[in-house]
Amino acid sequence: MLKIKNLHASIDGKKILKGINLEVNAGEVHAIMGPNGSGKSTLASVIAGKEDFEVTQGSVEMNGEDLDDTSPEERAHKGIFLSFQYPIEIPGVSVTNFMKTAINESRKAKGMEDMPANVMLKLIREKAELLDIDRKFLSRSLNQGFSGGEKKRNEIFQMAMLEPKLAILDETDSGLDIDALRIVANGVNKLRSDDKATIVITHYQRLLEYIVPDFVHVIHDGKIVKSGGKELALELEDKGYDWLKQEAAI
Amino acid sequence: MAYTEEELKKELETKEYEYGFYTDIESDTFPPGLNEEVVIAISKKKEEPEWMTLWRLEAYKYWKEMKEPDWANVHYEKPDLQAISYYSAPNSKPKYDSLDEVDPELLDTFKKLGISVDEQKKLAGVAVDIVMDSVSVATTFKKTLAEKGIIFCSISEAIKEHPELVKKYLGLVVPQRDNYYAALNSAVFSDGSFCYIPKGVRCPMELSTYFRINQAGTGQFERTLVVAEPGSYVSYLEGCTAPSRDENQLHAAVVELVAMDDAEIKYSTVQNWYPGNKEGKGGVFNFVTKRGLCEKNAKISWTQVETGSAVTWKYPSCILKGDNSIGEFYSIAVTNNFQQADTGTKMVHLGKNTRSTIISKGISAGKSQNSYRGLVQVNSRADNARNFSQCDSLLMGNECGAHTFPYIEAKNKTAMIEHEATTSKIGEDQIFYCNQRGINTEKAIALIVNGFSKEVLNKLPMEFAVEAQKLLEISLEGSVG
Repeated sequence: MLKIKNLHASIDGKKILKGINLEVNAGEVHAIMGPNGSGKSTLASVIAGKEDFEVTQGSVEMNGEDLDDTSPEERAHKGIFLSFQYPIEIPGVSVTNFMKTAINESRKAKGMEDMPANVMLKLIREKAELLDIDRKFLSRSLNQGFSGGEKKRNEIFQMAMLEPKLAILDETDSGLDIDALRIVANGVNKLRSDDKATIVITHYQRLLEYIVPDFVHVIHDGKIVKSGGKELALELEDKGYDWLKQEAAI
Repeated sequence: MAYTEEELKKELETKEYEYGFYTDIESDTFPPGLNEEVVIAISKKKEEPEWMTLWRLEAYKYWKEMKEPDWANVHYEKPDLQAISYYSAPNSKPKYDSLDEVDPELLDTFKKLGISVDEQKKLAGVAVDIVMDSVSVATTFKKTLAEKGIIFCSISEAIKEHPELVKKYLGLVVPQRDNYYAALNSAVFSDGSFCYIPKGVRCPMELSTYFRINQAGTGQFERTLVVAEPGSYVSYLEGCTAPSRDENQLHAAVVELVAMDDAEIKYSTVQNWYPGNKEGKGGVFNFVTKRGLCEKNAKISWTQVETGSAVTWKYPSCILKGDNSIGEFYSIAVTNNFQQADTGTKMVHLGKNTRSTIISKGISAGKSQNSYRGLVQVNSRADNARNFSQCDSLLMGNECGAHTFPYIEAKNKTAMIEHEATTSKIGEDQIFYCNQRGINTEKAIALIVNGFSKEVLNKLPMEFAVEAQKLLEISLEGSVG
């Protein structure tokens, strides 16, 4: 589904990604771990098409199609979803209205009519139930005054609504207490299926106890320095990142 | 006798010539310049009674002694008032024979607003077929109003048909000598609306200039007078939401509202006159005086959405004269490219227990400048006066400006005045967040702007709100590269 080849990217002339290779197939869950500043979030932003980053070399392909000239919204229409590490506030725009706009814009891009209001409402009810979201929450302004947990849960709610092919969860666990973490992880697990793929970006192994990955990759200094199965995450938890840094330096 | 539609159409067409409505334009337009003779001639052309002519002349005398104000935070080349023609026949010939001749950019805007083809023609100044529907709508409308004793007509008609009312109220709230442009308007006003709601009557529908018969060509010096007798209610909608490409550069309108004891007036405006092109050439100068007077327990609420004009200078105000009266001002002002707006309100608290609310939302994009200027004044006798003001500014890009000039004058110790202000910027992060959810940048801006303006949009009558929302989108198109 997603094929990343020798990807180099920089921001304001500063090189962040220095040759990432990664292949993600349908039905798989990949975890990307690594110390702060290693390039994890940058990788997520580059896949989503954030224009602040310049791809200097290599490519990102989605279902065999090079995404180089594809705008962020077109990537979203192709089924790429990014759960933000720091979700953005939009005052005066309710969660419901935001979702309605997002869904209908995607449908418009595919030449479809707007989703009928009753279908939309039913979908919203369904997904809100799935994630244990109070209905009152949906009429609040997007992310404004939300607690850390509410913001992250809202991201997963949006993911459930948009039904992406590839979901990238950027530090979804940061700022969550254990209960919120469990709810969010449960939500993600319920949405797992054979035709979808997930990339979980995280600093700690904690989240991976709930969302069990098929593969774990460790990024250091803009490169994947080690890949393995889910046991790699445990090893990292045990030993920290330093041994990998040393290994990479050799 | 039963007419067929076709016959009636034909008859109406020929009648126009019969009555000479469409005489040669040239002969019905005055040469440029303003002096006493011109004022008298305007009054004569409009077949006004003598008292009206004298009233205009008085205004002209005041105006001659006055100077154009320059305290507003706007910069422009002062229009040459001697280069303007002060009278032009109201029903001029259609400018075009078909829509194909009209500026395609304008038509594009009409389409986006969802305006019907017939209405598009009317707005663009294309010859229109007689539409049976609109005639019958207007007729039914007038009948319903008349049954309730409501008067809704052009101000010229009112001067002739209801002189006692006009004489009593014209200039009561905005006197001739109020300010430079109000004096000019008083001397030369072309036409406008008059609305009178009798005691205890609740006007059953939103009064919109759209429904007024003979509404074409109110001209550049519009005069509006709304009188609500004790215990009555009216909601008045001003402006059409389509951007007519008016060739008049200067517009100086006066609007006066009188709300007697226990009466309520809701006055909503959507203004989108030509703002000039992207380089800042052309565009309308909009210098308006709007003021309402509240007697005991009365309420006046101004709601405005301003997206047009090159230069705007406008402060819809409330004189809270009666005890327990209420004044409200809800405003969205959008400026893009090289537009400049200096707008706000004045709340003058004279009576006891008077309350006022000000919610102002300024949105600046491009190289525009957007200023809020507001005065809250509490008189020494106005015990327990309350005001709440909130002024929010939203900036797009790095080249525009937002300014806030709040003036507070409190002469009574019991006054409670609150002022809140925020300035924010549409961030690239917000836009990327929307993009990532599949919403393109234009739509994202519209969404963010609508969210920002929500408190004010909610105050507009439903159908107006929908159009206003679309208008906000159109005005800000292309404002983020």
